[in-house]
Amino acid sequence: MTITPAIATRALSKTYKDVRALDNVNLELLPNRMYGLLGRNGAGKTTLMSILTGQNFADSGEAEIFGHNPFEHDATLSRICFIRESQKYPDDFRAHQAFKAAALFFENWNEELAQDLIAAFNLPVKRRIKKLSRGQLSAVGVIIGMASRAEVTFFDEPYLGLDAVARQIFYDRLVEDFAEYPRTIVLSSHLIDEVANLLEHVIVIDQGRIVVDDDAEELRGSAVTVTGSAERVEEFISGYPVIHRDALGSLASTSIRARLSSSERDKALALGLELSPVSLQQLVVRSTLSRVETLVPAGEQEARK
Amino acid sequence: MIDDSKPIFIQIAERIENDIVSGVLAEESQVPSTNEFAAFYRINPATAAKGINRLVEDGLLYKKRGIGMFVAQGAPQRLRQKRREEFAQQYIAPLTAEASKLGIGLDELIAMIKTGASS
Repeated sequence: MTITPAIATRALSKTYKDVRALDNVNLELLPNRMYGLLGRNGAGKTTLMSILTGQNFADSGEAEIFGHNPFEHDATLSRICFIRESQKYPDDFRAHQAFKAAALFFENWNEELAQDLIAAFNLPVKRRIKKLSRGQLSAVGVIIGMASRAEVTFFDEPYLGLDAVARQIFYDRLVEDFAEYPRTIVLSSHLIDEVANLLEHVIVIDQGRIVVDDDAEELRGSAVTVTGSAERVEEFISGYPVIHRDALGSLASTSIRARLSSSERDKALALGLELSPVSLQQLVVRSTLSRVETLVPAGEQEARK
Repeated sequence: MIDDSKPIFIQIAERIENDIVSGVLAEESQVPSTNEFAAFYRINPATAAKGINRLVEDGLLYKKRGIGMFVAQGAPQRLRQKRREEFAQQYIAPLTAEASKLGIGLDELIAMIKTGASS
């Protein structure tokens, strides 16, 4: 079974002056799935999405949307919608004019959905976009991103200034509409706990490199935190890769990468140990922190010289 | 509602199983659609579908073309049998482990269960 990937990159690299924004990125994203692109600020998420939407160049490597380089390729660009964190609109535009322009550009635009979302977000469409609050500005982007129903939609931290209620409206409507009209959605976010359950696949980027590229369901339950007396914890975790250690006096709490069988769980219980799940957010934090932690001692060594 | 302890599709399957055992979903009654599950639990529709398909594979649900998913005949009885087999593992083992940690002997434990069950 060969499906043309919705998004593919091969050995994609990009350097800004002395910062390596993307470092040999190889990805393949399948059509009609919802992806999470996660990572810290400055990890390379926006650079990657800019190149994939033809708004930036790579230094080397290839980026393709449905098998075509998007750069200055109109047929491909019309299939893509990219909502940036600080999306810019023409100065004098009012929200309803922005929607009208989007309706002309995106062939799958759904006006009914747009109107529905305008009402849900209570957006003043006749006000100049310049005069909108930060949250209302984000709502404009969210509405365009969803109502475009583009085959490939990128949301780059789309919720700045949206309160918890408005974000929940966004997530609910996104799941609902995606279920009815499947398309490839890339959701970049650092509110990982909020979006974790929506994602089918998770990509974590750290310092320009892909450090996680896995199905969300594979990641869920792939790690466990073992808490109890330090000695017993050490005994139990020997042989497993350790993600993180915490200690409080003689109490230890250690996260390991492991899928425990029920007999292993019984063994933990017998040792008086407590097992607790590691959330996707914690997993991402740990997998990006571990690199920082390995970098710090090297720095200290330098300082000691 | 959904936690991180195990894959979501398994949690969805277990929830439907629970509803079948408790009678919320009776034999031959229609189960909500994949998209309804996705919207209700705020999860990816593909994940919801995977959970439902697991129950179809187990023969607990069956598909009526163009209409939806239904609870199979005999599903509650089969699930109850399975749950009984798992009962010792899931409930008795942690109970006795905690009891021995607290120095509660077997006779005392049985007395406590009797009191608990009758109250």
